[in-house]
Amino acid sequence: MELIRLTNVKKTYKTGVTAIQGLDLTIDKGQFVFIIGSTGCGKSTLIKMLYREEKPTSGQIIVGGVDVGKLRNGKVYKIRRKIGVVFQDFKLLPKSTVYENVAFALEIFGVPKNEIHSKVVKVLDLVGLKHKIKSYPAQLSGGEQQRVAIARAIVNGPKLLICDEPTGNLDPSTSMEIMKVLEEINKLGTTIIMVTHSIDIVKELNKRVIVLDSGRVLKDYAEGTYK
Amino acid sequence: MKTFRIIGRNVRDAFKGVFRNFSLSLASISCITITLIVVAVSIILSYNVDNFTKLVEEDVTIVAFLDNELTDEKIDEIKDQISLVNNVEKYEFISKTDITKDMMESSDIFESIMKDWSEDENPIQNTFQIKVTDINKIDKAADDIKQIDGVTLVKYGEGMVEQLVSVFDIIHKVCLISVIALILVTAFLISNTIKITITSRQREISIMRLIGASNLNIRVPFIIEGLILGALGAIIPIILTIYGYNAIYTNFNGQLFSPFIKLLAPTPFVYTISLSLLGIGVLVGMFGSWRAVRKHLKI
Repeated sequence: MELIRLTNVKKTYKTGVTAIQGLDLTIDKGQFVFIIGSTGCGKSTLIKMLYREEKPTSGQIIVGGVDVGKLRNGKVYKIRRKIGVVFQDFKLLPKSTVYENVAFALEIFGVPKNEIHSKVVKVLDLVGLKHKIKSYPAQLSGGEQQRVAIARAIVNGPKLLICDEPTGNLDPSTSMEIMKVLEEINKLGTTIIMVTHSIDIVKELNKRVIVLDSGRVLKDYAEGTYK
Repeated sequence: MKTFRIIGRNVRDAFKGVFRNFSLSLASISCITITLIVVAVSIILSYNVDNFTKLVEEDVTIVAFLDNELTDEKIDEIKDQISLVNNVEKYEFISKTDITKDMMESSDIFESIMKDWSEDENPIQNTFQIKVTDINKIDKAADDIKQIDGVTLVKYGEGMVEQLVSVFDIIHKVCLISVIALILVTAFLISNTIKITITSRQREISIMRLIGASNLNIRVPFIIEGLILGALGAIIPIILTIYGYNAIYTNFNGQLFSPFIKLLAPTPFVYTISLSLLGIGVLVGMFGSWRAVRKHLKI
């Protein structure tokens, strides 16, 4: 079942640079998709348009039945609540504990305290950080910080998890640990789109791979076909 | 329940914001405090000046002195003519005998002088005491009464009343202008404090946006922070108003300079002002932060 559909999408920045042009793409629910390509090929622009950080210049982007390109700024939060986003630089609150960082994503929506507690403990268990619940980000390794960021991104139960080079700052073995966490999350039914430069990870996981070049899809490898 | 939890979280966040940039918050609170003290003084002055004006207006009476040779019929005729003069609200005839009696009762000195006066020797004149509806047109009414045959002299404290009222009016205007100017400066300062809070919380705000916080979710804590700054700034002015005004009232026995200028009673006056100060503080705080949020939290 289709979760994302991009039809003839074009994105030209105010500087005149065209990052995406004539892009058509569909991603089904529950898929794990890697987006790869050289620097400047439009990977980041593509995912930014999915969570409506950027608007397409033309074309249509449907995410979970919502035309995100047509969403007014004041309504963007509606689509963001269905999407989790993980970044290379983790984006954690340095003065808050692991628990508070994850709970933050629930508190702002008025979730009851006991429900917050059970959900936070559950996701921290899923990412293997239950024992670090009271630690501060500075007391954690890079891999652990990224796992906190992932926990925060999935604690609301999003349908889609977007990962923008989540292993970019991590060593190979830590990166593989993060990938195992993401695979677990994917197995639970969350669609995952991950931008990466690491060919090793892409080869190891054997998932669908979309190769971008100059803002277009150069190749689209089905699961298990990328060598 | 959900709404209450969100409000609770926003209030908690707002308090955190106040203490996170405490030196700046303190600057804003001090500014609100100073402004509200001036506002309190101005309100107290304005209301008392209003009260003085009212007392002056109530007290001002035209006294028409009559020729002592007039017959009772002629006095009745004058009475009818006074009743026809524009702006006359009420009038009362006071005979020279009544005036003499009042004077003698009011002072032993008067009594010793006046007690031996016979009816013919008594130089005091019969009078009409007249109240007007509109104090600003008192001179016209006095002129009209003066034209009545048998009236020898008309007095109402010419000049002094008008001057007093115009001084009160100036005090009123100066108070109003200074209050408005100070409120604007304070709102601007609060706006700056909130702007810095917003800047220091950019990371948190960007995360909030990413996880789907609505504009309201993001903005409300800042507005509440402004409200808290305003409310905290009102504490000292309220205490000063309640205790200060009570002290002044007690020390001056409820009157200023003369029994003529009576101060307003402290209760419920100070409590009404205190509530107004809290309201003004909160509104100015909220307005200042709303301005900063609109300008610096573009979503």
